[in-house]
Amino acid sequence: MSETAQSENTGSKPKAQSKYDYSKGPLPLNINMSWCKACNICIALCPQQVFEPDRDGKPIQARAENCTQCTICWVHCPDLAITSNYK
Amino acid sequence: MTTATKPKQKSDVFHQYLRPKKKFPNVWCPGCGIGIVMGAFIRAIDKLGLSKDEVVLVSGIGCSSRFPVYLDFNSLHTTHGRALPFATGVKFSRPDLKVIVITGDGDALAIGGNHFIHACRRNIDITAILINNHIYGMTGGQGSPTTPSEAFSTTTPYGNVEKHFEPCDLAAAAGASYVARGTVYHAVQLEKAITQAIENRGFSLVEAISNCHTYFGRLNRKGDGLAMIQSFKDRAVPVARAGKMSEEELEDKLVIGKLHTTGATEFCDEYQKVIDAHKEK
Ligand SMILES: Cc1ncc(C[n+]2csc(CCOP(=O)(O)OP(=O)(O)O)c2C)c(N)n1
Ligand code: SF4
Ligand code: SF4
Ligand code: SF4
Repeated sequence: MSETAQSENTGSKPKAQSKYDYSKGPLPLNINMSWCKACNICIALCPQQVFEPDRDGKPIQARAENCTQCTICWVHCPDLAITSNYK
Repeated sequence: MTTATKPKQKSDVFHQYLRPKKKFPNVWCPGCGIGIVMGAFIRAIDKLGLSKDEVVLVSGIGCSSRFPVYLDFNSLHTTHGRALPFATGVKFSRPDLKVIVITGDGDALAIGGNHFIHACRRNIDITAILINNHIYGMTGGQGSPTTPSEAFSTTTPYGNVEKHFEPCDLAAAAGASYVARGTVYHAVQLEKAITQAIENRGFSLVEAISNCHTYFGRLNRKGDGLAMIQSFKDRAVPVARAGKMSEEELEDKLVIGKLHTTGATEFCDEYQKVIDAHKEK
């Protein structure tokens, strides 16, 4: 896993491996793992199935390349834990 | 590869509105919709371009009323049920400020029910965001005036025998000049309703249907936060479509959107007219 991947996922214990190709830019979203409460809302509502839960139930961007920046995950995150990396 | 597309909406506006000593992660249960309402509220304020000093947030007591604890506006976290009287005082002395009340169904309609109808009646320029989770969340799941008939709560262990209030109908009948309903599933529409409510000069009510899965969900077998939020998607009917539906079809549905507006005169404006008319020349 590259440097970027490590810093994107700070806080989550064992990292589910994302096969994301970082030469295409950073991950689509920044997830604040210390604010996330693993409620599963973003994982279930994402129409592109971008997320997979890690061992704590927090979202990992397992299919990051599918993200269309549709806003659904961050407007529904009750803990304001998700922001876009493409402002 | 689509990740480089620009998002349809800014995702990080909330940072500038949170208190500097951010008390996050917030106190609410995982998946509680109150946080979704908070996000929609922040985006509405940002869209309206209001400065932090122009806004006064007033709340009472309850899970929903903890909202101002996190947001860096002028705020009054008052006693249970009394947010509207405090807000009325603020608005009356400083009509230039945008006064916004965050309240729960118990806070606004049980202990604060009397204040609620009179704020509507006066049509004072306050926006009330009523987070309706159909139960008392903070104190352990007691029935509230919006707990539906036959629903279970810790004080209605055999099912609620009472009828419930519809906050929007109550507000419209009492004289509020803007009334809208939204749900936490429809977060973008909720943001739009909050924007319109703040723009309206007069008393505005936005009822945000939310989930208390910890009590209402558990006692009524409605599942977790996610399941309850998704059920709002299935139950919601936009107001334009609801007009063409029969009463039976609308049973158990949530009509969302702008439900009621009037062009009624606003309380502070009318009061100012009296002052001007009777000033010593
Ligand atoms: C005068 C007074 N009576 C009772 C209480 C206890 N109390 C605190 S919050 C609450 C009900 C909250 O319910 P609601 O307004 O629906 O908000 P929620 O927690 O569901 O968001 C009650 C009865 C109190 N704090 N003060
Ligand atoms: S922005 Fe849309 S597509 Fe991208 S992860 Fe969030 S919900 Fe999925
Ligand atoms: S919606 Fe927010 S709090 Fe819930 S799992 Fe996703 S990032 Fe975490
Ligand atoms: S008790 Fe209910 S209303 Fe309160 S934070 Fe938990 S889910 Fe939300």
